[in-house]
Amino acid sequence: MSYARLSRDQIAQRIAQDIPEGAYVNLGIGMPTLVGNHLPKDREIFLHSENGILGMGPAPAKGEEDADLINAGKEPVTLLTGGAFFHHNDSFAMMRGGHLDIAVLGAFQVSVSGDLANWHSGGDAIPAVGGAMDLAAGAKDVWVMMEHLTKEGKSKIVERCSYPLTGIGVVKRVYTDLAVIEVTSRGLAANRLVPGLAFEDLQRMTGVSLLPPGARAAA
Amino acid sequence: MVDKISPSIEAALADVRDGSTVLVGGFGGSGVPEELIDALIAQGAKDLTVVNNNAGNGEVGIAALFKAGRIRKLICSYPRQVDSHHFQEAYRSGKVELELVPQGTLSERMRAAGAGIGAFYTPTGYGTDLAKGRETRVIDGKGQVLEYPLHGDVALVKAERGDRWGNLVYRKSARNYGPTMASAAKVTIAQVYETVELGKLDPEVIVTPGIFVTRVVKVPRKAAAYRAPAGGSVTRGISGKAAV
Repeated sequence: MSYARLSRDQIAQRIAQDIPEGAYVNLGIGMPTLVGNHLPKDREIFLHSENGILGMGPAPAKGEEDADLINAGKEPVTLLTGGAFFHHNDSFAMMRGGHLDIAVLGAFQVSVSGDLANWHSGGDAIPAVGGAMDLAAGAKDVWVMMEHLTKEGKSKIVERCSYPLTGIGVVKRVYTDLAVIEVTSRGLAANRLVPGLAFEDLQRMTGVSLLPPGARAAA
Repeated sequence: MVDKISPSIEAALADVRDGSTVLVGGFGGSGVPEELIDALIAQGAKDLTVVNNNAGNGEVGIAALFKAGRIRKLICSYPRQVDSHHFQEAYRSGKVELELVPQGTLSERMRAAGAGIGAFYTPTGYGTDLAKGRETRVIDGKGQVLEYPLHGDVALVKAERGDRWGNLVYRKSARNYGPTMASAAKVTIAQVYETVELGKLDPEVIVTPGIFVTRVVKVPRKAAAYRAPAGGSVTRGISGKAAV
């Protein structure tokens, strides 16, 4: 049977649908930023930006950009009615202090125990961490959004991360283009496989052993 | 009469010495005190340790300070941006030392400096390469890393408005590190677009009280140009009055 991988927008859509009304959410730079485009219009969700914004809105219309109103990726954004500005220490108190309900982060690798590697690809790349370690350490739930496999076809879900770690045992859930993987005390549980993808095929592509759909309910 | 408003930007920076640690406000291009940095380049201080979130963008601000060869060490959280080429050249050629600090830890270290805290434990970075060699402790079941305060000799911050007592208010997300850095340095110099009479700033909304500010310098307002981070493909002048 054939299956189609989810596009990045489709993964973003899945994540957006899973964010409840009233949640305080930080979307990491890169792929997770797409989630903001798919938030259900009938829910009030608070987007936080590490540079001091709560109630961050979408990108402004062309010509309306304001150099003093940008997101973590340094792109122009807007402020929703009711939004607030604050300084860096308040912002990181929100992140580190457990006030954010969900952080959606990109990743190079996630391990079976929920270790996250997303800040440094190693080698001679210039290292840059930003707020990734603060979010990993402090958000109530860390969700990862990433492609299941590398460009070379290797699983990004691994027994142990080979890239430098961002946080230890912090990831709760991984949204990939093939499935949603829950990090549980019994191991990784695969759910919501894309239509047409058999569990056995997902297992074959994944670097570590997975619990089949339904296992989470039994946990 | 107390008057912290400097007669000129040159006068405001006259006592910055070689080898100083300079805390520079800003996140990406927002909140960067570009006029103060330009004046610092003209002033000539060298062998500086600069603390900023990033490593300069394009040709202005901290990038220009790198280009002028004045920075010996950079303490920052995110130096990897496509248009940070002046930092990258200096780093690759070994002319500048880099201390990479997780962003919240960077900010909290300066808060600790300003608040007289001797050190603090944070869960951020526990078990990672950035905590290597640090003292750690498990507190409430969570691994934590011991971090020390980060003091500045000088802080350069950008605010929107100030008065002669040094009270400051900021604009939108340009506030970022400003209030924290202002508290963490021996000498804090704030550039503002407007100076106002005492009492004109609503005391309920003053963000940085004047006790943290040594000097205030008025600079002319430029048309705030949003500079795209990815190589500057989008560069437009925009209205400073855009609706929030």
